[in-house]
Amino acid sequence: MVKDRYDIVVIGAGPAGSVAARYAAENGASVLMLERDREPGIPVRCAEGVSHNGIAPFIDIDKRWIASQIDIAKLTSPNGESAFMYNNGVGYVLERRIFDTALCELAAKHGARLITKADALDLIKENDKITGVKYRYMGETREVKCDIVIAADGTESRVGRWAGINTTVALRDIDTCVQYTLAGLDLKKEICEFYFGNEVSPGGYVWIFPKSDSTANVGIGIAGHLSHEKGPKEYLDKFVARRFPDATITYTMYGGVPTAATLKEIVKDNFMIVGDAARQVNPITGGGIVQGMIAGRIAGKVAAEAVKKGKFDAKFLKKYRKEWDKTLGNTQKVMHSMKEKFLFMTDERFNNLVGYCQKIPSDKFSLKALFTEAVKGDPKLMLDVAKSFVVSKIKLK
Amino acid sequence: MKIIYELCDICGTCVAVCPVDAITVSEFKVEIDNDICTDCLNCLKVCPAKAIEEGE
Ligand SMILES: Cc1cc2nc3c(=O)[nH]c(=O)nc-3n(C[C@H](O)[C@H](O)[C@H](O)COP(=O)(O)OP(=O)(O)OC[C@H]3O[C@@H](n4cnc5c(N)ncnc54)[C@H](O)[C@@H]3O)c2cc1C
Ligand code: SF4
Ligand code: SF4
Repeated sequence: MVKDRYDIVVIGAGPAGSVAARYAAENGASVLMLERDREPGIPVRCAEGVSHNGIAPFIDIDKRWIASQIDIAKLTSPNGESAFMYNNGVGYVLERRIFDTALCELAAKHGARLITKADALDLIKENDKITGVKYRYMGETREVKCDIVIAADGTESRVGRWAGINTTVALRDIDTCVQYTLAGLDLKKEICEFYFGNEVSPGGYVWIFPKSDSTANVGIGIAGHLSHEKGPKEYLDKFVARRFPDATITYTMYGGVPTAATLKEIVKDNFMIVGDAARQVNPITGGGIVQGMIAGRIAGKVAAEAVKKGKFDAKFLKKYRKEWDKTLGNTQKVMHSMKEKFLFMTDERFNNLVGYCQKIPSDKFSLKALFTEAVKGDPKLMLDVAKSFVVSKIKLK
Repeated sequence: MKIIYELCDICGTCVAVCPVDAITVSEFKVEIDNDICTDCLNCLKVCPAKAIEEGE
């Protein structure tokens, strides 16, 4: 039975929401998750790449939701030169449909409830205080009361707006994406590939994430302010026609990735916001699965503590902000200003960058090693990166 | 603004860039409220499916 009151209501059952629900429930709160779609994880709007080290702290690795294990990343510059990097630890291409459900099952195991086909319509407010959520379930409008609402509604991030938080993303801070899942390919499933350059993918990149030796997620993200004349699909179609002329498209998907810094406000009285909705995405790679889970864990724990202490005001919930900034938020800020530099990079500089990668022994690859090589060949890069640090007034860990 | 439903994938990208929250989403449909819309064209520019055009 679904009750009409919970300590915490989480809106959205993606990785950020389900992890927040799990940690809140595990720490003693009663939790309800509302998910608009008929099943968590669908439709998949993701290239499904994660690192082992990123997800292992949250869930036991299970073959059911792993399509392939990635050991090598291949970067290709505009002039066609490639560099190979052995990742720091392995990566996976997931089956998000199954993975997202597994995270919900874990939340349920710790006592959280999930309702699918439950579309949140608005927040309930009494004397300006958030006291619950109005939602639509199977043609019926329902209300549920709670002390804290956690918004985990993904890129669109409307719930935050209902709470009075400005979640609008600038055009240059959203990557507009198209992805095909292709079949009939001849690939090595342990190698993922990235293609850069203003001809291939302005302000972003093309990725090939193999799901097997013959299938892969092949997609593109381009910076929002550069996508008006030619959209991402035109760039991707050109790439696919050249690289995989005989492939069959088994899945076509569109999506947007916020590549901004974290929102200025992620808590209000009785309210928290996590994951893509809070813009907690790595602005350079566009990866948000692990970031959302890390934010979800912090938010869930702080929310449970708030319930124990009966303190639901923004002042108490700011503990989440503090912890997030310390864990990833500050680093994300630096990455965001570095991304600004990438947006204006010429093809020649991309060529140089891949050149530097080639000079690093592939098993010794790290961002630090790349930076050291890059600075040797391109002192101006040093200046640009230094500026990013100054602008964000913080140090990378 | 007008959505071309044959092209729209309900991905929510347009919603993220709308400065006035004129766009609503459900499991099955995205809608623009032209009474709220200020014609800034943000949504049209970022829609990856090219599913938005000017007009009501
Ligand atoms: C093309 C593309 C490729 C990507 N590739 C990668 C990648 O390889 N690796 C990576 O780490 N990240 C990748 N990302 C980003 C990643 O998909 C997101 O960062 C991640 O899904 C964010 O998780 P989340 O829980 O915050 O939001 P989501 O996973 O988006 O979940 C939000 C949930 O909220 C639900 N919801 C929304 N509104 C309501 C409402 N009103 N009521 C009820 N439910 C609601 C939605 O249905 C959805 O299930 C990619 C994104 C795109 C678009
Ligand atoms: S961005 Fe385009 S495809 Fe996505 S929901 Fe909006 S109109 Fe539809
Ligand atoms: S044109 Fe601007 S205001 Fe109107 S719906 Fe699109 S983004 Fe919103």
